Amino acid sequence: MKYVDEFRDGDTARHLAERIAAEADPARRYAFMEFCGGHTHAIARYGVASLLPANVRMIHGPGCPVCVLPIGRVDQAIALALQHGAIVCTYGDTMRVPASGGLSLLKAKARGGDIRMVYSAADALKVARQNPAREVVFFAIGFETTTPPTALVLRQAAAEDLANFSVLCCHVLTPAAITHVLNSPEVAQWGTVPLDGFVGPAHVSIVIGSAPYEPFAAAYRKPVVIAGFEPLDMMQAILMLVRQVNDGRAEVENEFVRAVGREGNAAAIAAMAEVFEHRESFEWRGLGTVPDSALRLRPAYARFDAEQRFSLTYQPVPDHKRCECGAILRGVKTPSDCSLFGTVCTPDNPMGSCMVSSEGACAAHYAYGRFKDIPVVAA
Amino acid sequence: MCLALPALVVERRDGDEALVELGGVRKSVSLALVPAAAVGDYVVVHVGFAIGLLDPEEAARTLALFAEAAEAAR
Ligand code: SF4
Repeated sequence: MKYVDEFRDGDTARHLAERIAAEADPARRYAFMEFCGGHTHAIARYGVASLLPANVRMIHGPGCPVCVLPIGRVDQAIALALQHGAIVCTYGDTMRVPASGGLSLLKAKARGGDIRMVYSAADALKVARQNPAREVVFFAIGFETTTPPTALVLRQAAAEDLANFSVLCCHVLTPAAITHVLNSPEVAQWGTVPLDGFVGPAHVSIVIGSAPYEPFAAAYRKPVVIAGFEPLDMMQAILMLVRQVNDGRAEVENEFVRAVGREGNAAAIAAMAEVFEHRESFEWRGLGTVPDSALRLRPAYARFDAEQRFSLTYQPVPDHKRCECGAILRGVKTPSDCSLFGTVCTPDNPMGSCMVSSEGACAAHYAYGRFKDIPVVAA
Repeated sequence: MCLALPALVVERRDGDEALVELGGVRKSVSLALVPAAAVGDYVVVHVGFAIGLLDPEEAARTLALFAEAAEAAR
């Protein structure tokens, strides 16, 4: 595939690995967080970590929208279907996120809830047009990548004056989450999780551009390199991060110039700004309540806001006691530190959210990395 | 969830709709967020919407950078 295969070449990957090994100072350790679930997936799938020298370590961050969706929000969506009789439309991955009472959207569907998987926000709008006598709610999740499509669909619904359509808005913001990770006690109290830099999101950055990371890199003195999702993109970004650390620089650099500019996608930013405004705070699974980290509908779109339309109140629900998702999302623990990993908790039966999407740290490790944990014993 | 792939725009249709080809599969997506996209361009498609354009010159430059690393490693 064009613009895909060229960025997966094995020989080039090995050459880049040699450069990283040559330039990384053997006397120090480097720890970089890849914020994005897409990068976590690529690292696991292509064995990027195994190409790195022992003193360069990748830490998985909270950048999978499915993983950071709190139980209380899934509960709201389930209540819309089971108690309010609404048709709830959502993206596939969201269907399996564990909710309260052993439920998920998929299990609520088996109990008679009219819950439908859609590929695109535009499909949710179609369902509303086809079912004028029913309430149709789009359960919208995701970072700045999935937000512009939701904004366009809301604009369209307003233009058509659709009376039976609304959105349960759970869109979250990337720069706020990165800042929150750096402010968390484990990271702030230097020592437990030293982070030397970040691999910045690929597709989120197509939308918002590289500029939003600049104040953050300056304030926290952390380099950020925005990288594409292919393995060579990752390797090149890691090399650029090693160089910044060696030079004592903390800048925003862009490896993904083929798709990302400094200013982002103006049409997408305008659509988001027209329809959404910031929420004061929002609960993230694993990170707790994060100030100024999510979006809600502007008052002009209030009639399309499912929370207002159905008078929903938000009820936070704690995660499973033994699930380590929270620590994993902050980079403090790894999937194999969780006692439920691979036994009670598997992709077929996820206990925590990190096991749901293939971009979650636990699911990626389960699919591609878990055998590496088993020591090889010579016969 | 966030995975998206570069797709070739093969046909513009009514309004914002376009037909794109993605690894041999053709499907209809919305170009509302990249109004400048034309037939022959590569766009990054995510949840049924093109969210950005791919710049072929920058892609070539990035690949050249990798080749340089390969040279240096020799
Ligand atoms: S293995 Fe399952 S329960 Fe444990 S941290 Fe991962 S998602 Fe949570």
